[in-house]
Amino acid sequence: MDSKNQPSKTVYAKTVKPPVIQIGPIGWIRKNLFSDWFNSVLTVITVIFLIKTVPPLVTWAFVDSLWFSTGAECHEAGGACWSVVTGNFRFIIFGFYPHDQHWRPFLAMILLAGLLFYSQNRDHWNKYLAYGWILGLFLMGLLMKGGILGLDTVESTQWGGLPLTLILSIFGLTAAYPMGVLLALGRQSRMPIIQSLCIVYIELIRGVPLISLLFMSSVVFPLFLPEGVSFNNILRAQVAIILFTAAYIAEVVRGGLQGMARGQYEAAESLGLNYVQTMRLVILPQALKIVIPPSVSILISAFKDTSLVVIIALYDLLKTTQSTLTNPEWMGFSAEAYIFVAMIYFTCCFFMSNYSRRLERELNRSNR
Amino acid sequence: MTANHNSKTSGKVSFWNDPSKRSILYQVTTLLLIGLLGYYLFSNITHNLARQSIATGFGFLQKEASFEIGEKLIPYSAADKYARALWVGVLNTLLVSFIGTILTVILGTFVGVSRLSKNWLVSRIAAIYIEVLQDIPVLLQLFFWYAFFYEILPSPRQALQPIDGVFLCNRGLAFMVPVFQPAHVYMAISFGIGCLIVFVLRLWSRKRQEKTGKYFPLFRSSLGILIGLPMVTWWLSGAPTRMDIPVLTGFNFKGGVNVSPEFTALLLGLVLYTSAFVAEVVRAGIQSVSHGQTEAAMALGLKPGHLLKLVILPQALRVIVPPLTSQMLNLTKNSSLAVAIGYPDFVSVAGTTINQTGQAIEGVAMIMIVYLFFSLITSAFMNWYNKRIALVER
Amino acid sequence: MKFFRLFFVNLLLFVLVCGLATAGTLDDVKAKGFIQAGVNGDLFGFGKPDEKGVWRGLDVDTARAVAAAVFGDANKVKYTPLTAKTRFTALQSGEVDILTRNCTQTLTRDTALGLDFCQVNYYDGQGFLISKKLGVKSAKELDGATVCVLPGTTTELNVADYFRANNMKMKPVVIENTAELAKAFFAGRCDCLTSDASQLAGNRAVAPNPKDYIILPEIISKEPLAPAVRHGDNQWKDIVNYSILAMINAEELGVSSKNVDEMLKSNDPIIQRFLGVSPGNGEALGLDEKFAYNIIKQVGNYGEVFERNVGVNTPLGIERGLNALWTNGGLMYSPPFK
Repeated sequence: MDSKNQPSKTVYAKTVKPPVIQIGPIGWIRKNLFSDWFNSVLTVITVIFLIKTVPPLVTWAFVDSLWFSTGAECHEAGGACWSVVTGNFRFIIFGFYPHDQHWRPFLAMILLAGLLFYSQNRDHWNKYLAYGWILGLFLMGLLMKGGILGLDTVESTQWGGLPLTLILSIFGLTAAYPMGVLLALGRQSRMPIIQSLCIVYIELIRGVPLISLLFMSSVVFPLFLPEGVSFNNILRAQVAIILFTAAYIAEVVRGGLQGMARGQYEAAESLGLNYVQTMRLVILPQALKIVIPPSVSILISAFKDTSLVVIIALYDLLKTTQSTLTNPEWMGFSAEAYIFVAMIYFTCCFFMSNYSRRLERELNRSNR
Repeated sequence: MTANHNSKTSGKVSFWNDPSKRSILYQVTTLLLIGLLGYYLFSNITHNLARQSIATGFGFLQKEASFEIGEKLIPYSAADKYARALWVGVLNTLLVSFIGTILTVILGTFVGVSRLSKNWLVSRIAAIYIEVLQDIPVLLQLFFWYAFFYEILPSPRQALQPIDGVFLCNRGLAFMVPVFQPAHVYMAISFGIGCLIVFVLRLWSRKRQEKTGKYFPLFRSSLGILIGLPMVTWWLSGAPTRMDIPVLTGFNFKGGVNVSPEFTALLLGLVLYTSAFVAEVVRAGIQSVSHGQTEAAMALGLKPGHLLKLVILPQALRVIVPPLTSQMLNLTKNSSLAVAIGYPDFVSVAGTTINQTGQAIEGVAMIMIVYLFFSLITSAFMNWYNKRIALVER
Repeated sequence: MKFFRLFFVNLLLFVLVCGLATAGTLDDVKAKGFIQAGVNGDLFGFGKPDEKGVWRGLDVDTARAVAAAVFGDANKVKYTPLTAKTRFTALQSGEVDILTRNCTQTLTRDTALGLDFCQVNYYDGQGFLISKKLGVKSAKELDGATVCVLPGTTTELNVADYFRANNMKMKPVVIENTAELAKAFFAGRCDCLTSDASQLAGNRAVAPNPKDYIILPEIISKEPLAPAVRHGDNQWKDIVNYSILAMINAEELGVSSKNVDEMLKSNDPIIQRFLGVSPGNGEALGLDEKFAYNIIKQVGNYGEVFERNVGVNTPLGIERGLNALWTNGGLMYSPPFK
């Protein structure tokens, strides 16, 4: 926006101090909470509401709460029973993974966190990081599955909890990305058949709920396979998530492609580049950079959406929590357990969405 | 995409260098591959179905369903056909989506406007609301509310009674409704007439304003007509006040309207989750109207109400409606999570059908078709709306 | 174009290989070295891992018996927990080799679903679990009740039939997962929980206050719970059948895991034939001659399995009832092992 039309500064702006009630905390309160009668009423109502709700909640969660006790003790106490989380912590996080091998998924998660942390910095974005990711994901899979280097094999049917949630979403996004890019290119293509096929696929997938695809993966997909061939249900759910995510990525990438100036295509053409070269060397590197922030949003929703595998009885983070809650000892403490899981989800999503917003700002700035 | 321009060159080009021929080749290959894959999968399916002697076709729709459904908008019993059971499911999905949409728009707008409030406290709370509810999976929220309902609330015999005629217990919410009377039909008719009058009034007032510049208080008078007319009718037909009050008989409340915990939890979860997104949409929409517009309108001497109605809303809505529609669609699609907390929506009924008949392919296909149908209707609406506002644009 | 040609050739090869790889389940199982069994996963006494992650239950022991028969090692089983919804598909698609997940044998399932049910390993019937506080003494008093029931099961159909037949109204609450459903019931979401009587006993055993609940006297259905295999694989079906029958037969003959080694020296020709001392049975089934010995030695006879998992000394505390030997007035009866 232009700043030309602002009134020119006038002369009387000498060093006269403003009245006390306009600066400092009082001024801030006046300005932000009691600027007019409507705001004042609003503030008073809100404060009353907060006083009514927050202290009892704090008492419940922190004062009267039990942190390390048995279920029976919890049933007698009045406050929150965080023991349901502390007492079942390892099962909630790792599911049925063999107890003495828990360091493996733990290490895999550390690895993932490290990779994510390292990738945050845009200066690190280069070819080697991509290789690093591929290697990292491969290592994660290896750690989880075992079978070599003296690690016991742990069948993927035993994977569960947070590692499963992370694997389903991260692997899902990684595998869906190339597919999404291809679909987006196909949708932009001039070849009518390819274009319509891509449109049909994208719109079909975006029109149905994920759960119908998960149903499909759990009850219909096996019938597609030839006799005697079968995948386990985690892999099938993973395929469903990939197919689902790809359609959404395609739309995001399409946005990026459409945001490319025509001149880019023309310039590439005038250099004599063919389609593949144009895309690979000119268009995609720019378009994909634009769409990183919305891609992070897709990662966030993929991360949240993996919780739907509960419905087809995979033991992800949410299912292990539920499973804990059906134990008679811990029945009736759903609120505490769900709050704990919600905090895990919230923390992850919050960081990701903050990051995506920051990145968007940075990219906008550098594009100017 | 731009690379294969039909660059007509003189003279013969080799097959590989002619973009148009090459593109045909690519497409034919793709089609062939997909056809082959389709054929391969299809032959697998037919082989598997035949080998395991699984029934195929939609004949099962005409068989007796013989399972009960807990909540239904139309009469249904276990003696009815599968087709009817599935229809009950579709109606349940529509019901929760419809009510959910209305509540979401109201709550989302409220939160979105609060987020922009000059009041620091209010805007902070709205921001926390948006951030927290957006970042927690909707399924987890559903579980939370469902558990909240049946773990915290008392049994029917100790039901809470916040207001007379309203009962809250772990079987849900029961409240009284007026007993049906002929007066209600008259009221509905007079409401319809009211709508007609308002419509005519609107045309007239706009014409008059264009001609004479006189402003007619349309909103207030319409409200008066729409509420007043049915009330007068009610009073004229003897002011019947008999209420159908829920009574605890046997196990559960009978009479009045009962809303199950499943429905309430589903509605609550969907509305809270989606409204966080709608709030962001509304905020972005309002912020998209530049401040200069407001200042210009104020300079013209428009009252705040008119400012909102004539200047801000028409411009903000253009930005708001498309993402809002897709949020509504998301809500509808997310309502399929009902299956996880036992509300008999379409997916849940179809799931039971799949299980009882063993015909998974038909069942999943039906689920997809129904949701695709919803999506198509929504996008049709979107296109229509986009066209409409495109006309408004100058 | 080279790529496409390669692709096509590979695809064709893949189709061919898959087409050819339709050997019987026994060969498949032997080739991979273990049996993949579909089990419940949530049902105490039938199929559920204990605190250490070891699978236990009557259905689990059935699968172990089959593994003992095929491999001579009862531990060569891997378990896939299945929901009511996914169980049949899992079997149909070959994801599991045997489905021992307290499934009721019915005509439709035996025919239209492409399954074959084997020897029943538990005779059950559907009942109602209800809180004592409600003061209900008979299922006939349940008019208007809210009923917790697993969707997509025979119990869901039976309870609808029962209420219809008795002109009563019910409000079903359907939750997919056995344990979730029980939780909703104990939290008071519904008035009664309906399921197979054995499951109700299991649910009550793990209730917060087991004494507050009673199982109503009415048994409203027949629920023969049997393992299932894919339709058309007769050899595999025979193996599963006779693995279970071997356990029943052993109980009839008085052979148990404790005395089976002594019994090998028995002079009784019936026992000699049964334990494979005099050969013939194993070969007929395509198994090792000692298959019955291995089952009894490693898993036990039916009585032992029953008492260990669901019997009166377990938290379930179920009497033998219909599951007693025919000689004791039950239904468990084995054809001769000749």
